[in-house]
Amino acid sequence: MQTFRFELGELPPAAEALRAEVRAFLRAELGDASPVRRAHSWGGFDREFSKKMGARGWIAMTWPKRYGGHERSALERYVVLEEMLAAGAPVSAHWIADRQSGPLLLRFGTETQRQKFLPAIARGELSFAIGMSEPDSGSDLASLRTRAERVPGGYRVNGTKVWTSNAHLADYMIATLRTSHDPAKKHEGLTQFLVDTKLPGITMSPIIDLAGSHHFNMVVFEDAFVPEDMRVGEEGAGWKQVTTELAFERSGPERYLSSFALLLELIREVSKDPGERAAATVGRLVAHLATLRQMSLSVALMLEAGENPNLEAAVVKDVGTTFEQEVPEVVHALLGIEPTIDSGSDLQQVLGFLMQRAPSFSLRGGTREILRGIIARGLGLR
Amino acid sequence: MNELRTILGDVVTRLFTDLVTKELLESSETAWPDALWRAVEENGLTLPLLPEAKGGAGGSWGDAFVVARAAGRHAVPLPIVETIVGSWLLSGAGLDVPSGPLTIAPVHRDERLRLTRAGGGWRLSGSAARVPWGRAAEHVVVVAEGDGSTMVALAARGAAEVTHDQNLAREPRDTLAFESAPVIAAAPAGRGVPARAVWLYGALARSAQMAGGLDYLLRQASQYATERRQFGKPIGSFQVIQQNLAVLAGHTAAAGTAAANAFRAADRGDAAFEIAVAKVRVGEAAGIGAQIAHQVHGAIGFTYEHALQFATRRLWSWRAEFGGEGDWAAELGRSVAERGADALWPQLTAR
Repeated sequence: MQTFRFELGELPPAAEALRAEVRAFLRAELGDASPVRRAHSWGGFDREFSKKMGARGWIAMTWPKRYGGHERSALERYVVLEEMLAAGAPVSAHWIADRQSGPLLLRFGTETQRQKFLPAIARGELSFAIGMSEPDSGSDLASLRTRAERVPGGYRVNGTKVWTSNAHLADYMIATLRTSHDPAKKHEGLTQFLVDTKLPGITMSPIIDLAGSHHFNMVVFEDAFVPEDMRVGEEGAGWKQVTTELAFERSGPERYLSSFALLLELIREVSKDPGERAAATVGRLVAHLATLRQMSLSVALMLEAGENPNLEAAVVKDVGTTFEQEVPEVVHALLGIEPTIDSGSDLQQVLGFLMQRAPSFSLRGGTREILRGIIARGLGLR
Repeated sequence: MNELRTILGDVVTRLFTDLVTKELLESSETAWPDALWRAVEENGLTLPLLPEAKGGAGGSWGDAFVVARAAGRHAVPLPIVETIVGSWLLSGAGLDVPSGPLTIAPVHRDERLRLTRAGGGWRLSGSAARVPWGRAAEHVVVVAEGDGSTMVALAARGAAEVTHDQNLAREPRDTLAFESAPVIAAAPAGRGVPARAVWLYGALARSAQMAGGLDYLLRQASQYATERRQFGKPIGSFQVIQQNLAVLAGHTAAAGTAAANAFRAADRGDAAFEIAVAKVRVGEAAGIGAQIAHQVHGAIGFTYEHALQFATRRLWSWRAEFGGEGDWAAELGRSVAERGADALWPQLTAR
């Protein structure tokens, strides 16, 4: 049984040289950002920052030059991503497009779509949202019902998407919609579309999260017209495409670094006078973190080698989000300090922010249970 | 993984699959499996780190990892990793490596043996508890203080008074008492070999064996879940069993990665950070992994009759040997705290 492989590899010298450049950029850009600001990690949305990233050539790094990409290796891209996350840079405005919408268009889009969207994404000027979940379709994504009916010149769309992060800020959404209705073949009736978020017939309303923040939206389509040339891929090919997209979504370092800012504040606190128990607590978390980085890097190396590490990516996301969620628990158990919103120490505020954010870590991008189902399939159990 | 290492992996796996049977594991709990040792030695698996000129394989810690992990996967009841570490210490000090099984001492962080000059040679004094395979190893490789520097010494088993003890897997863990005992040879330790080398590289070796033990648990428990039927279907078709096995898979993957990374660091030089990471991460995986594997197996896995216990009893002992997770985590945490929070990420990415 060789179900998964995590082989160690080396980052090439070019990737390590790039790291120094990225760190210098981040020092200059984020110099005085507060710990709680940094704890937002890839949740921070800042178009100006994304444009600066684009100008540096740090978006669309692996794409062909003819689409505005930079034809660099997936490992160089990995270094940029992990440095951004470790520093808590506000990368949200380009993150989704760089990670999955752009690669989706590269693989399945028409030449016209690529020419139109990819260079603008690469410049950090176009922001994307993901239109997958619906009120009655979460983990059972293939049951989604928002329908796109053929009309002259395109499609008429009706239905509702929810939990659509940053849809109110994004320019476009890659929406997975139903184009045929045979209940026995629900996977075959899905099609993906590029949807302009400003289209007539689209109404957005905020869904406020438990911490009072606005990331989520409900997006209601009422006879919204999507032109034919905004369909991505063939009609009915949506399921295959969406699983490809989810594989991109699950494979990155954002799946174990979400609580990194809290670990740093914990170390800052403990460094003052590390007793045995505090030292062991920090050491254990560092052991988990160091191992996860090697596992995550291993997935990046497989991607670079042209392999298909879907199973390994699911393992890293499951183990990684478990770690991310454990950090606030461990800080509480060790120090017993009160988590706060905007009072108290940096440590308290970061704890307060991440304690409230942590439940989402094992929901977004596929729930823990769905991922473990994928792993179980890899083990031959289903 | 390079091609030679793949071949090495195939050779050890074939050998252990053929020879390390359930019957052998049972009988070796009371008697030394001499034929198995000879087969392992003849296949050159005990000296992967020794230069070819000295009868070794001229390999690296990366090669040693392949052997140690496979030894753990098959619960091989021999001091293979002790011989690997011992021969590396001897060779690094410029000393000849004898044939036959070796062990290493002292295995406790705070235990010290002393070398004193006597005539033209050295004498060894002090007591080392829970030395792996102490009664079975023909020689003991000792790292000890002598003349104010760190020395490596080779002593015959007969030089020590041996008191028998054992770990949970009934592997010998004996006390060796040296009373101004003669040593066969002694020399200053090789460059970069710290005074606590036995503790450090012992932990490295155990992390690889445990990673192998977890490989076995995952394979065995997944297999069992597809065979055992309840409520009219294989228990592996129940989501709760699937979820538990997925957790075991995650710990197994983490353990394999942490251990491999520590061996890679050993090839580069100072591996103290990675060894600490591995002993903590793999040890934790071992505890959780054993629990899940037993839960999946139900009552049959709790019997001596079933082979599962050969792995789990070893994991429970190995995770404590050469320092448990608590010891290593505290050491790691102190070093991280000393460098300060802002040094952590640069350190992680530099390795």
